[in-house]
Amino acid sequence: MSGLNLSHVTKEFGAFKAVNDVSLSVPDGTFVCLLGPSGCGKTTLMRMVAGLDLPTEGSITLGGEDITRVPTHKRNLGMVFQSLALFPHLTVGENIAYALRIRGVSRSDQKKRVDELLSMIHLPGFADRSVNKLSGGQRQRIAIARALAISPKLFLLDEPLSALDAKLREAMQVELRQLQQRLGITTIVVTHDQREAMTMADTVVVMNGGEIRQAAAPVDIYRHPADSFVADFIGSTNLIPFTADATGQASICGSTVRGLPLGTLKSGTISVRPEDVQVVAPAESSLNGTVTFVRDLGGSVETFIEAGGEQIVAVSAPRSRPDVAVGESVGLRFDPETSVVLAK
Amino acid sequence: MRREAPQRLADYGPLFFPAGMLIVFFVIPFATMIAVSFFERQQGGFYEPAFVLDNYGRFLSLFFGKVLGFSLFLAMAVAAACVAIGVPFTYLLSSASRRVQVWWLVALLSILSLSEVMIGFAWSTLLSRTAGITNLFVMLGLMDGPQALTPSFGAVMTAMTYQALPYTVLVLYPALVRLDPTLTEAARTLGASPLKAFFSVVVPALRNTILATSIMVFIFALGSYLLPQLLGRPQQWTLSVLITDQAIYQSNMPFAAAMAVFLVLVSLSLVGLALYVGRQREAA
Repeated sequence: MSGLNLSHVTKEFGAFKAVNDVSLSVPDGTFVCLLGPSGCGKTTLMRMVAGLDLPTEGSITLGGEDITRVPTHKRNLGMVFQSLALFPHLTVGENIAYALRIRGVSRSDQKKRVDELLSMIHLPGFADRSVNKLSGGQRQRIAIARALAISPKLFLLDEPLSALDAKLREAMQVELRQLQQRLGITTIVVTHDQREAMTMADTVVVMNGGEIRQAAAPVDIYRHPADSFVADFIGSTNLIPFTADATGQASICGSTVRGLPLGTLKSGTISVRPEDVQVVAPAESSLNGTVTFVRDLGGSVETFIEAGGEQIVAVSAPRSRPDVAVGESVGLRFDPETSVVLAK
Repeated sequence: MRREAPQRLADYGPLFFPAGMLIVFFVIPFATMIAVSFFERQQGGFYEPAFVLDNYGRFLSLFFGKVLGFSLFLAMAVAAACVAIGVPFTYLLSSASRRVQVWWLVALLSILSLSEVMIGFAWSTLLSRTAGITNLFVMLGLMDGPQALTPSFGAVMTAMTYQALPYTVLVLYPALVRLDPTLTEAARTLGASPLKAFFSVVVPALRNTILATSIMVFIFALGSYLLPQLLGRPQQWTLSVLITDQAIYQSNMPFAAAMAVFLVLVSLSLVGLALYVGRQREAA
């Protein structure tokens, strides 16, 4: 089988299971984001792919070859670290050429490749500069170029953009994605930023507690989260508990809401994105609540509504904002199409 | 926080005490020694104020040249040995668990509490024919009969390295602990074996620390006079041994002072040269 395959990979640190029985298949040329809160095992999983940590159990194959126990330096991969780990005693050019020098590539070929990579990252002519005198964004690009110098089969990035300010980070996300598409290189990025994952990835792998909770395309993860953790972690959502009544309709916050596809579930959680919550006149809905707070952010308006002990947030564009004030009674409507019914 | 340069005389206040101590206990004695080095020796162990260059002139002989050369060579060899052992050791130590680190550092600090005399006699016993480690080798069948390993150059080197190594490790330790561990990991992902990563990333990244440590050990070893005397043959005696000999046993203070001044000048110029070369390389 081609591509990268993880099969039942487990990593224990003493009694603590950092990664628990993870299986994942990454086809060649795809961009995968490992996403999760800190301590969810995403960095450990990447370090095992890189060979910096060895799995306690399970196997890893790359292009059909078992690399579980192959030492890092023989894996021919490129990795960008959170700290960037640029070598402070080398110039920009020497940093980028490091992997080539280790492999005994001739000086002239090294120089050619360095120039090629520097123009790829839009920093031509930087070869002789010291890495200590560059801006955060420039250092970021150098780290990426250094990792790509040998045209690796696998490109790993551990929280690569976390040190950059918000604006630069967004620009780099787009740039990184375009670079990956141009090179067609299998790429895995570890991040805790769901926007970053949504921007770049073909497949988002949501992890928590050392396990994969869901692995799917960004839009699918957003629209059809597998469980309440994923629903809550990706974007913001309203998680509302429900029980099914005798007729198979959902009872939410003491009111019956018709039309939700409950299946055979007797109770569970409904996930409704704030932008899918419609605020209407009290008479137009069976589910009523009281407005507790209105946050006008300019670009969008958030309305906080308390209904039957649950807090529900509705987001709307400024033009279609509901004309409500704090303390007012309103009706809430969820579209069955955009509401996701979860078992827990 | 921005620090302002001192404006008034009172701003220099905190410096007065250390400056005073430095003048009383270093500058004045050293100046006295320089003065004495030009004095004229009288028979019977006294000297008279004068300005003669005889003491320095006497120094310019093949014999003293050889001793000076050997002293410098020994100090460099000890510095090189300490760095060669200390850097890999401290590197491994810095990646060990906190508990292991603390125990090693405590053990190294306890070596510092030993006096040079104790270290010297311990090694001379350890390397002797009657009670030394060669008896152990004989018991293990590795040697036919016990041997005396001292006095010899190896014995001097071993004991001096043993004495200077704790200083080496303690100076290197903070720099190695601060070194970003992902630097080595990055080198490994780029195709360098752990050994190659150590030599191509860790050592060059610590070049200034290693240079500073070498200079410190070099100067430390240059002043050693007990260990060469206890564990070496006369041809392994350093200039410090001769200075002691002249000052105490021959009562020739002016000549001892001249040798001491010369030693200080030579070592200062070597340190200056090392720093200059280091800076040139950095600029390149």
